[in-house]
Amino acid sequence: MIEVLNLGLAALILGLAVWTVFAREAPAAAVGFIVYGLLLTLVWLQLQGIDVALTEAAIGGGLTGVLLISAAVRLRRTEAAARAERPSTATRWLAAALSAAVTGALALCVIALPEPAPTLAPEVLANIAVTEVGNPITAVLLAFRAMDTLLEAIVLVFALIGVWSLAPDRVWGGRPGPLQPADPNGMLAYVARVLPPIGIVAGTYIFWIGADHPGGKFQGATILAAMWLLVMMAGLADAPPISRSWVRWLLVAGPLAFIAIGIVGAVTAGAFLAYPQGFAKPLILAIEFALMPTLTLVLGLMLLGAPQRSEPP
Amino acid sequence: MNLFLDLWTVVAVVAGAFFFFAGTVGLLRFPDSLTRLHALTKADTLGLGLVVLGLLPQMDSVSAGLKLMCIWLLLLLSGATAAQWIARTLRQGNPGP
Repeated sequence: MIEVLNLGLAALILGLAVWTVFAREAPAAAVGFIVYGLLLTLVWLQLQGIDVALTEAAIGGGLTGVLLISAAVRLRRTEAAARAERPSTATRWLAAALSAAVTGALALCVIALPEPAPTLAPEVLANIAVTEVGNPITAVLLAFRAMDTLLEAIVLVFALIGVWSLAPDRVWGGRPGPLQPADPNGMLAYVARVLPPIGIVAGTYIFWIGADHPGGKFQGATILAAMWLLVMMAGLADAPPISRSWVRWLLVAGPLAFIAIGIVGAVTAGAFLAYPQGFAKPLILAIEFALMPTLTLVLGLMLLGAPQRSEPP
Repeated sequence: MNLFLDLWTVVAVVAGAFFFFAGTVGLLRFPDSLTRLHALTKADTLGLGLVVLGLLPQMDSVSAGLKLMCIWLLLLLSGATAAQWIARTLRQGNPGP
């Protein structure tokens, strides 16, 4: 019975992927992508990858989806012009052939994987006790492969700088996003008052539970950022000007704390990002605590986009 | 007693699935955006409520059941708001984002 459902899910995902590729309108393709992300979440749940499922739902489907929709809305004005200069048949066939070749090569690689696939999972489980965290994913992300996570956090800050760099000179340092009309009695304002307390509890819970169960700072920060965006969309609070020093400091605080703890490890435990014996869990929690506000701010500001309104100095 | 609870689960979840099905049919068949929105949100909210009520006896603990109820309440809030918002944008004749 469950096989039938799995097959149905796989067929649905393939069909939706094809539909998204062939969708004519950019917003329709973006919505297709969001639904695709939600279906992938179900696939990860079926594969028992609950951490990946949470991330896919929060970041793959939700956050990226919103980014794509706002990009599609911005592109609406140029869409007719873009369609007018249709590439020639030869170009399009070439693009199709290239895409098909990449997909084919990937498929071949996946099929050619040795059975059972090479894995470090037993070693992780054998050594997880050293880190004192219960969730193997967190142990990998913040102990065994902490360098990757550090670089990931820094890359996110760089991505935000990239978004900001699209701002024209006259609004540099100003507030991102359009001014939202505030309707204090509107239903959006109502939801923006009722939902954030629940969302803040849920986001903090997902962050905190990440040490021992599926969850973690990325998923929690996405929920917190969503609550922040909701309050700003309702016009109850305005986006901060990006020239504020607290914004700048909060953006670098997480990676800086991460690097500082890494250097402490280099002095006391003999390697960058190594944790001294017995201090692994407190240090991992400290890193997660430090990264959480930075991630919330980066994700929220990234969705708001480049500054649009100049701020009088 | 257990048989009765299992029977309740089957009946309620099937009824919930029926409402989801009806909502989807409405989404595909109704002529304009407002009626489609109506079919979708109303039927899906009721459908999920029935599924949650059906699954309640199958939960291991009271807290798991409470979490299920919370999910339904959150859907009530977000579904109703999103539907109202889309409908208002439609009425103002502004295709909007």
